[in-house]
Amino acid sequence: MSEGIGARVLRKEDKRFITGKGRYTDDIIEANQAYAAFVRSPHAHARIVSVDASAALAMEGVETVLMGPELVADGIGNIICGWGVTSKDGSPMNMGAWSALATEKVRYVGDAVAIVVADSKALAKSAAEAVVVEYEELPVVVGSVEALAEGAPQLHENAPGNLIFDWEIGDLAPTDAALASAAHVTEMDITNNRLAPNPMEPRSAIATFNEAEDHYTLYTTSQNPHVARLVLSAFYNVAPEHKLRVIAPDVGGGFGSKIYIYPEEIACLWAAMKCGRSVKWTSDRTEAFLTDAHGRDHVSTAKIGFDKDGKIVGLKVNTKANLGAYMSLFSSAVPTYLYATLLSGQYDIANIYCDVQAVYTNTVPVDAYRGAGRPEACYLIERLMETAAREMGVDPAALRAKNFVKSFPHQTPVIMAYDSGDFDANLKQAQEAADVAGFAARKAEAASRGKLRGLGYSNYIEACGIAPSAAVGSLGAGVGLWESAEVRVNPVGTIEILTGSHSHGQGHETTFAQIVAERFDLPTENIQIVHGDTDKVQFGMGTYGSRSGAVGMSAIVKAMDKVEAKVKKIAAHVLEAGEDDIVIEGGAVKVAGTDKQMLWHEVGLAAYTAHNIPEGMEPGLKESAFYDPTNFTFPAGCYICEVEVDPETGVTEVVQFVASDDFGTIINPMIVEGQVHGGIAQGIGQAMLENVVYDEMGQQLSASYMDYTMPRADDLPNYSVHHASTVCPGNPLGMKGCGEAGAIGSPPAVINAITDAIGNNNLAMPATPAAVWAALQDVQSKIAAE
Amino acid sequence: MYETNFHSVSSPQEAEAILATATDAKILAGGQTLIPTMKQRLAAPSDVIDLSRAEGLRGVTITKRKVMGVIKADGGETVTIGAMTTHAEVAANAELAEVFPAMCRLAGNIGDPAVRHRGTIGGSVANNDPAADYPAALLALAATIHTNKREIAASDYFQGMFETALQEGEIITAVSFQAPAAGGYGKFPNPASRYAMAGVFVARSKDGAVRVAVTGAGENGVFRHAGLEAALTADYSANAVDGVEVSAEGLMSDLHGTAAYRANLIKVMAKRALA
Ligand SMILES: Cc1cc2nc3c(=O)[nH]c(=O)nc-3n(C[C@H](O)[C@H](O)[C@H](O)COP(=O)(O)OP(=O)(O)OC[C@H]3O[C@@H](n4cnc5c(N)ncnc54)[C@H](O)[C@@H]3O)c2cc1C
Repeated sequence: MSEGIGARVLRKEDKRFITGKGRYTDDIIEANQAYAAFVRSPHAHARIVSVDASAALAMEGVETVLMGPELVADGIGNIICGWGVTSKDGSPMNMGAWSALATEKVRYVGDAVAIVVADSKALAKSAAEAVVVEYEELPVVVGSVEALAEGAPQLHENAPGNLIFDWEIGDLAPTDAALASAAHVTEMDITNNRLAPNPMEPRSAIATFNEAEDHYTLYTTSQNPHVARLVLSAFYNVAPEHKLRVIAPDVGGGFGSKIYIYPEEIACLWAAMKCGRSVKWTSDRTEAFLTDAHGRDHVSTAKIGFDKDGKIVGLKVNTKANLGAYMSLFSSAVPTYLYATLLSGQYDIANIYCDVQAVYTNTVPVDAYRGAGRPEACYLIERLMETAAREMGVDPAALRAKNFVKSFPHQTPVIMAYDSGDFDANLKQAQEAADVAGFAARKAEAASRGKLRGLGYSNYIEACGIAPSAAVGSLGAGVGLWESAEVRVNPVGTIEILTGSHSHGQGHETTFAQIVAERFDLPTENIQIVHGDTDKVQFGMGTYGSRSGAVGMSAIVKAMDKVEAKVKKIAAHVLEAGEDDIVIEGGAVKVAGTDKQMLWHEVGLAAYTAHNIPEGMEPGLKESAFYDPTNFTFPAGCYICEVEVDPETGVTEVVQFVASDDFGTIINPMIVEGQVHGGIAQGIGQAMLENVVYDEMGQQLSASYMDYTMPRADDLPNYSVHHASTVCPGNPLGMKGCGEAGAIGSPPAVINAITDAIGNNNLAMPATPAAVWAALQDVQSKIAAE
Repeated sequence: MYETNFHSVSSPQEAEAILATATDAKILAGGQTLIPTMKQRLAAPSDVIDLSRAEGLRGVTITKRKVMGVIKADGGETVTIGAMTTHAEVAANAELAEVFPAMCRLAGNIGDPAVRHRGTIGGSVANNDPAADYPAALLALAATIHTNKREIAASDYFQGMFETALQEGEIITAVSFQAPAAGGYGKFPNPASRYAMAGVFVARSKDGAVRVAVTGAGENGVFRHAGLEAALTADYSANAVDGVEVSAEGLMSDLHGTAAYRANLIKVMAKRALA
């Protein structure tokens, strides 16, 4: 079937997106809606002495100005972190209170102090400017290392020394012993830079309270509307779940930043109730830089030891993770269970130990951003491997291959049990596509043009399809991470799939339809995907961590199993045949080997008329399922990056980028390639372009596109994308996930290539022209000194 | 954006009249700088005067130099560019490309296509962004800034970051310069904004004088570089640049690069301007 699994079906959703007919939150217009603007702290750390809203309230058309103390008095709960992490000493994490509107203190520039509601957006902004807040400035700290230092400014009373938790994984003593016995130890300081997620559509919310029905509706830019409803109701006490409908309509990208429930949504809901009008807020780009959860920001030291044959004997890592001013929803899980559990990389390592200190600073809260913990792990291990190979004078690919995990399942010392993979196959495929054999000649040719050419590897593995509920529960997660689906076959035979996954760029309307088309041999145009509305979809955990394929589609498959069984029963009954002889193909349900058949829609009709169905069978043809994964899935692959550096300016061009991925089963190669392209773009962005920079006063110096370098088409190469796949044994479709791999695997390949080109391994991300040039000057002054 | 009064005028004189009476009126040219600033609420003009329909402010004219009534074949043309001429129009002007292609290339590398089709030379020069491209060209070409009141030499006109000799009520109508015997521009774009991080315009006039102007790198806006000028006056070649010490003093340091890096870029861009 041409539109089934493996077909390059064009995206069904693109017609409305590329013709400007998408329906985003800011496009929603409610009768009598008002507009919100937030009064935000200009200081990174200050005590609120007084707030005077009288001038704002006196402006004509201003509905209300609401503040933190009133919010607290109304019983609106503090913002939660949904994953409890326990410290080495057994103590729970030290979580400071985060009120949607600040009460006594502000802790980062952009912290919301008041919500202003007015007749127009411009008026709301003007009124927000008219609110006079007196601040008593407090000392500021922005870096995690500085925040842990003696005498650092303190952010939260219950987090002494700004330490949120001091967590560990693996065994310390054996790891130390292994490193002590090692023939070679490579030691590095590794920083993972801070990034702003920058979805194209900024965050937005419009909240309505219907007093007569005692019911709330919230349209919002969410990757997981059911989780938003759950948290808004269970923890923030905005409304009970059955009185709150959350709709995430078309959402223009998230990259993790739209998983969380932010102060603005809470405040809009609360304000809508207080003033009896719909309240709409849409972030502008500056607000996005100042308030969307950032990603990454790790400072690590790492040691890896090898025996005399180049086999890894141990890995020891310390990481300081900057979580910003408050703990965002999954902030604690990202630098722990989503990070250190992947430190084994593609390698068979007997001894691993990692401890992580999570730290409060006067910066924007940090949480999951495309890859979430796995890019940090991959960058660390792949920089170490490349560096170790250089130090030992061996081929970096050979050193990796020697240490590959070769049999599955493979239990690492850091929780994860890899279920499948063929790392040699990915390495070989990438090397061939990249013509590694011809690199020396290309390097010489580049040198003749005055350019420095370098090549770098990254052999990544990551974990997707998060995750078995009992497993994550035992590790501290506050939720289960299953997914649900409902398959509705209508009386006319068309199908609606209601899914708890949420598409915000992934193309679910196409790929989810493809698996249904495959199963029932129908055209995708007969299949509609419904998602993003808590009143329509039964429940869902949403889309992040590349889980929509491995978990979301598996739930659909389970529901389809039930539908198929019922279809066969009905057909067997009507056609007077055995259920086992019924086959579904070509738009019909047939008795195999005969010409007896019912058309697909006739079965639908039979189910709903119920005139002639097996005795005792319920009418209708609609089934639902919840799928709880059995394991994480483990996408893996090999990326090879080749660069040319202009030594005069430090300008680096990525001249070749080869990806060989193992994503398991691929539903739509075109969409998968798009995901890889976008992921690599963000990975190259992290490696060479993007960086959130704070000054010592806690002001973001990079809070606009004048200073934050978003990757552009001409910064990026033509990608060479390949697949060498093994089937994932853990889910019915054999899928592993492809949404984040590009962003996870690419940064170390880029930095390994640049450091190879310039002959200086001391280079941090982002490798801007200025940074590369400075690293080249270091090489030159070293040569001069010798 | 704050509320403002919008005027569309058909002549600079009409604009001048409004400028004289309104409390805080601003000229609107291409709006590529003014509009974003207003949207961010960093500017709140009482009135905005749109020059896009004003006559006589748009286009490139080239007057051939005549010596004793005879047109000289070897250049020396006077190039006049109307204030409302967009970057795209300058980039695509065939006549200008014939007498001085470096100017077309400079204009063709400003911003992105949308910016180039709206942004104007008058707006750029009036704004005098320390990282803008045109100021380097005009300073190196010893250009003249024409306003509704007077003519100003480029060397008097550019007075530091966003500072110019323009007085209240003064409207730029055109810029003009003599097409040089040789010249070129080397631009190192800021990776994020793509404005100049170091832009070096080198020009050798008909009488042999070499001027080198640097934009994007200085702490105080566009400036001339005496060392490069001396070296290139002696030997107008990329090799001559190698021997010049470019000091980092007075250069900008920011998250995109240190003063030392910018000093290096000035040298490299000077060479590339000559290539
Ligand atoms: C994304 C982006 C990228 C850019 N990249 C570059 C770049 O690489 N290099 C570069 O040089 N520039 C760049 N620019 C700036 C661009 O060139 C602008 O067009 C220019 O700075 C302003 O010109 P404008 O016609 O848009 O002026 P406006 O924005 O309309 O006006 C700017 C200022 O000049 C005043 N003004 C305008 N015209 C006159 C006049 N005739 N007389 C007196 N005052 C006047 C206005 O009142 C206002 O204060 C970029 C801009 C953007 C938005």
